[in-house]
Amino acid sequence: MRKSKTNATAAYIVLIIAAVLFILPFIWLIFASFDSNATLIIKLPKVTLNNFEYVFTNQQILVSFLNGFLISFGQAVIVVVFSVLAAYPLSRYKFKAKKPLMFSLLFLMGLPIIAVIVPVYQLFFFLKFTNSLLATTVFMASTGFPLAIWLMKNFMDSIPIEVEEAAWVDGASKFKSLKSVIAPLMLPGICMVFIFIFTGGWGNFFVPFILLNSPDKMVPSVTIYQFFAQYGFISYGKLAAFSLVYTLPPIVLFYVAQKHISSGFRMGGASKQ
Amino acid sequence: MRNQTRAAILFLAPSFILMLLFFVGPILVAFFFAFTDMSLIGSTSTHIKFVGFKNFVTMFTDPNFRTSVIKTIIFLVGSAIIGQQILGFLLAYLMKGRKVFIKRVVGVCVLAGWVTPTIVAAFIWISYLNYEGTVNYIISYFGVGAISWLFAFPMISIIFANVWKGTAFSMMIFEAALGDVSSDVEEAALMDGANGWQRLRYIIIPMLKNTIVTNMILITLQTIGGFGLIYGMTGGGPGMATQILPIFMYKQAFVGYQLGYGTAIALFTMLIGIVASLLYVKLLKSEI
Repeated sequence: MRKSKTNATAAYIVLIIAAVLFILPFIWLIFASFDSNATLIIKLPKVTLNNFEYVFTNQQILVSFLNGFLISFGQAVIVVVFSVLAAYPLSRYKFKAKKPLMFSLLFLMGLPIIAVIVPVYQLFFFLKFTNSLLATTVFMASTGFPLAIWLMKNFMDSIPIEVEEAAWVDGASKFKSLKSVIAPLMLPGICMVFIFIFTGGWGNFFVPFILLNSPDKMVPSVTIYQFFAQYGFISYGKLAAFSLVYTLPPIVLFYVAQKHISSGFRMGGASKQ
Repeated sequence: MRNQTRAAILFLAPSFILMLLFFVGPILVAFFFAFTDMSLIGSTSTHIKFVGFKNFVTMFTDPNFRTSVIKTIIFLVGSAIIGQQILGFLLAYLMKGRKVFIKRVVGVCVLAGWVTPTIVAAFIWISYLNYEGTVNYIISYFGVGAISWLFAFPMISIIFANVWKGTAFSMMIFEAALGDVSSDVEEAALMDGANGWQRLRYIIIPMLKNTIVTNMILITLQTIGGFGLIYGMTGGGPGMATQILPIFMYKQAFVGYQLGYGTAIALFTMLIGIVASLLYVKLLKSEI
């Protein structure tokens, strides 16, 4: 008994050290963003909101936030709607192509974007899509489908077919039963996919970096990169405030989604797929 | 039955058409491009020529390419396999059965890296590891002199940053999987006198085999395709010290204008991911 107690104490010590090491870099970001005289060393700030005032009055930054939001929100809506549709036959019907389709999705899920970026860049150039927010959104949505369809199918599998049969008896079509019976039941799953895709798009650096190039089309990730690449570290405080505001949406969304995320992980991880 | 197929096609059409146009199509085109001399500017940008295996020959004889492959493998093993996988498992294992409050606090701290967008993570870590940064400030208390981490230890620096960013994912996967291991099995082993290491080695790890393989594949693919964190932190430098394949590919294709060559590199990168994934499945004899 005593031994397990020392074990527990050791575990707590290790856990707390790990927690401190993980949070420290992030604390620097928070402190620096509120500091009127931020340096690279973590220290309690001389509190000011000037850095945030700068962020919210800078035209270029505001435009980048708007662009980033349009892209990631648009991407998430497209992905969620179409992947629910695609998941339906994959979950409910029996057809020959089902297994190959699921395996293709698995394969696509693992493809790094760098493998397709050159042809996509050429395609955009050829179709005069370069620098188009809409085209970038659609491309990013296409790359989000494999994971989204796979997850949606898993969520749909867990909804018994009987709930649908009742709706069919009432004369509802497949599409209608999907919309008004299944979709509400798998709302947690839908939200999770939405959050995954939204935050993925929001944080994406590589795709906008390659496909968008004029200042009025910039997204926050590229703007932040340009800030520290061009001006170096002139004002850590402002850059930290910009970074923190940019990091806030994913934090809020993950906080909201917390409960459902863990169940999603269980589904994709330990159990058979 | 025929009806069902038609319905299936209708349901699948929107997403699959988009994927074909913007994802699957470009991959097929990439295979074609890799055998051409296409460039971003100049005459070969409009009149591309089929050059056979020239890009691949260039690639395998290019010492810079070989350096990049080695850098990629070091980065992969250090940050994904050793760092994220083992640290993630360890954290999840230590947290099992502990007080909810501690679990929450540790969970939130580790998640901080995961929710931080890539480019912000890059900014945080260059600041953190800067000559005048927090790490040097802390070690100065232990009498260690300041170090320019990104110049003296660039590979270790990006590995730390990537572990910071990615470990939460593995931790969550393992937390969920460990939750499914019934405590009866563990107690039975405890009764039989198995010590902690034996329980881990002979009971828990075998039970989690499929999770380990799935997780390893996911983080490998993620790491191999990673660009923003390293590009933001070091740009592949100093010299070529952190020039992993995606950065090498970016430089060849978009800075050096050799799109054909860049595509060949990208395809090779993809191949490493596939080979590594098959290797894991084989090594751990898992059945996904």
